[in-house]
Amino acid sequence: MRDTHEHYEAVVVGNGPGGAAAAAALAKQDIETLVLERGTAAGSKNVSGGLIYGEEWAPYTMDDLFPGFREEAAERPIDDYYIHNIAGESVKTFDLHKIHHQGTEWCDAVLRRTMDSWLADRVHEMTRETGGGMLTDVRVNGLLREGGKIVGVTCDELDPITADVIIAADGVNSELARDAGLMDWEEPDDWFQGVKAVVDMDPERINQRFDIDPTTGSAHLFSGDLFDGVRGGGFLYTNEDSLSVGTVFHLDSIAEERAEPHELLDNLLTHPLLDQWFDGEYEEREYSAKLVPDSKKVAHPSPHRGRLLLVGDAAGQMQAQGPIIKGMNHAVTAGGLAAEAFQEAKTRGQPGAAGALYERKLESEGVMKRLRPRRYRMTRFISESRPINKLGNAVINSRVGAAGLKLFDGLIERSFNSPFVLGMIPDTKMTYVTIPERIGEVLGDPVTSENNVEPPGLDDRIGDLTYNVDDPHIEVRDESFDASGVAVTACPVSATDFGGGCYREETVQTNGETERKVSLDTQPCVECGTCAVVADTHWEHPSGGKGVEFKQG
Amino acid sequence: MHMVTLTKGVPDFREGKVSFDEDGHLERGKTPTVMNPNDKIALRAALQTKVKHGGHVSLMSMGPPGYKEVLQEGMKDVYADDLFLLSDREMGAADTWATAMTIATGIEQLEQEPDIIFAGFKTADGETGHTGPQTNWCLDINDELTDRPLITHVISIDVDEDKGTVRAKRLVEGDLSEIETIEAELPAFIVTDPEFEATYRRAEHRLRYKDLREATRERAATLELDEDVTVWNQEALNLDPDFIGLDGSPTIVSGVDPIPKEPSEREATVIEPDDEEKMETVFDEMKQYASN
Ligand SMILES: Cc1cc2nc3c(=O)[nH]c(=O)nc-3n(C[C@H](O)[C@H](O)[C@H](O)COP(=O)(O)OP(=O)(O)OC[C@H]3O[C@@H](n4cnc5c(N)ncnc54)[C@H](O)[C@@H]3O)c2cc1C
Ligand code: SF4
Repeated sequence: MRDTHEHYEAVVVGNGPGGAAAAAALAKQDIETLVLERGTAAGSKNVSGGLIYGEEWAPYTMDDLFPGFREEAAERPIDDYYIHNIAGESVKTFDLHKIHHQGTEWCDAVLRRTMDSWLADRVHEMTRETGGGMLTDVRVNGLLREGGKIVGVTCDELDPITADVIIAADGVNSELARDAGLMDWEEPDDWFQGVKAVVDMDPERINQRFDIDPTTGSAHLFSGDLFDGVRGGGFLYTNEDSLSVGTVFHLDSIAEERAEPHELLDNLLTHPLLDQWFDGEYEEREYSAKLVPDSKKVAHPSPHRGRLLLVGDAAGQMQAQGPIIKGMNHAVTAGGLAAEAFQEAKTRGQPGAAGALYERKLESEGVMKRLRPRRYRMTRFISESRPINKLGNAVINSRVGAAGLKLFDGLIERSFNSPFVLGMIPDTKMTYVTIPERIGEVLGDPVTSENNVEPPGLDDRIGDLTYNVDDPHIEVRDESFDASGVAVTACPVSATDFGGGCYREETVQTNGETERKVSLDTQPCVECGTCAVVADTHWEHPSGGKGVEFKQG
Repeated sequence: MHMVTLTKGVPDFREGKVSFDEDGHLERGKTPTVMNPNDKIALRAALQTKVKHGGHVSLMSMGPPGYKEVLQEGMKDVYADDLFLLSDREMGAADTWATAMTIATGIEQLEQEPDIIFAGFKTADGETGHTGPQTNWCLDINDELTDRPLITHVISIDVDEDKGTVRAKRLVEGDLSEIETIEAELPAFIVTDPEFEATYRRAEHRLRYKDLREATRERAATLELDEDVTVWNQEALNLDPDFIGLDGSPTIVSGVDPIPKEPSEREATVIEPDDEEKMETVFDEMKQYASN
């Protein structure tokens, strides 16, 4: 059989930032590279907030690998960076430009459909020269093994392909990482869930309302009591002619609180603080969602097995530095390092050593220490324990706490600007909700304007998306409410008492007893991955070109 | 491999493009001419063969000079290496028979004998489905040596260059419930079914497909219609005037009857939604369809 398989030196799965970077770096070394992307166009499956960073320390950045990237594929460069601590209608704003610019060469807002499609064209040109190329509409559905060893990939649309190295840059819901036993979908607290709306806005208005000139942009973050106690926060970034407004929450918190993600997003969109930018106008272009790995917990220390190297979200390399989210830049760096590792291993005549070499490079280049800071590992146990949290809450909420906050107003802004402090931030309600809320309450000024915008309901949001419906790609294994009921609320396109979403609650009569069950219709699925973690499912991606198609991302 | 695909221009029957007069007659002048949609499917079969086996795809049509744009459309939307138009006043008003005669002569005029001739399943205007098979018949009578197998209703093909054969799956009764597989020697004549689907299961094929699609789009965009389309008139084809155009067409169209619109069988009663009493009767009527 072997001889009849198509063979490439390198197969890269996924054309997000990680896959594109790996492919470009491989092609530069003249390594025959095939890139397989399941979207009908690169970017059509992808969602990010999206600020992409070019960091000074990084051995690979987007603009190095792809000259012209910032001018042609990105939206506005982001200079201003603020966080708003909210308590009801009282808001205290801190300027975070210091931490934002620290170690940063540049930072641009991006929309993924535009960005990834642009990258895909470059990637195709570069890899075609090596005898490979980039293909869309192809879903890799597993690893090809021979004698128990990984030798290639299998696809829905193509016959099996063998390769000397397989770079899985297939994102947060990587089926390859799971096939290889390197990642799992077990613990909700390993993940965040991101939900986003792209909102139409004329460029002139953006300049006016954000008080910026046409060649710059701003970023605003939001935390406090506007998210019903769910741990996480909101963001707003300016694009050329639209805004990206979204939320990122700990998935365990969404699950525990039985929160409806779309409602939390609406809480942000309708907060009076946002009226200064919307001014009563709201036209939503697209609603989207995706899981985000928390590198502090899941960044794999040894993300390879045999010929398979994991890159980016697939390896959990997504750094949440407090409110600052860095995933795309790390995916780029890891992609570059994976390519470099293979090239070196090949030169030494030991292509099989690429994985080990890649692992070493992630350490020596300083990627791992950013993804899994030791400080966090040390402080996590103490700060996330309940008694200490209780105590902290009591102090923060006391009069003494309030006096302290007032006294340390300047200091708080400074500590928000400290990467050292941000790296230690524990994942508790205190940090995400209580402290920001208390800051807003004690130090904040009331917002006086009214925000009258009415975001669309879930049915309209789903109705505005494009789907190429295929057979169901998710199967509920346990339909009992106990096992899978959380998905009814946690799925970003489902809601309690909403019949048009994916997950629904049903009561079934059996032998005179009523049973709570869930049913699933995958038609409106946005492929975020949430139910793979919070429900008992058999979860796969749809075939190439099928399922949801994001136009913005 | 050398492939020739046959095509024809037809009125664009799509909503918003097509125009009918008061009596329901097609207004040709106001309706744009486009490539017959089924012929694009045939052209995709030719492209698939080129992707997998290399070679050359010619696209050929018979019709007025305006059909150059139809050929260009095929090049842009699917693929073509070169374009041929058989065009002469004398060829006008031909039925399927005279058309087949002309096209067969055009094919013989090509420098290289085609390994496969592709045609689409019937045109959107004439709907006869005759031209393809008749062309093959004309080719056979002109050339006693080659007896090209004719395979119709083809939904997939697989060429074996070494054996010099083509294996085709075809619909037997025109639906997908009965499919037969046929192996035939090349050269052959293939009429694709609208259900035909090109399949590419190897990455290298999809990459070559991408290259060819990009190249053909670029060529179509910069095509000089007057220079880049080869036009052969009656003289160039050395055709007997008795066998082409109106004179060569044995078909007599005795008349065209518009199909009258069927009268509605249902009677409609208009009820104002504000009229509560009458609305009640509507609900009563609807009740019988409601479950429980
Ligand atoms: C709401 C939200 C906000 C975010 N904000 C930011 C931010 O501001 N800054 C930042 O840096 N990061 C942000 N992130 C995270 C960031 O989007 C990811 O870290 C980043 O996209 C990871 O890149 P990647 O290349 O690893 O994976 P992806 O970008 O997910 O790309 C994976 C690719 O693989 C393809 N693929 C998947 N499976 C298969 C398969 N089986 N076969 C073929 N192809 C496949 C996908 O279609 C996709 O194109 C955010 C994420 C979300 C959801
Ligand atoms: S069904 Fe699952 S994967 Fe699809 S949108 Fe809902 S939670 Fe996300």
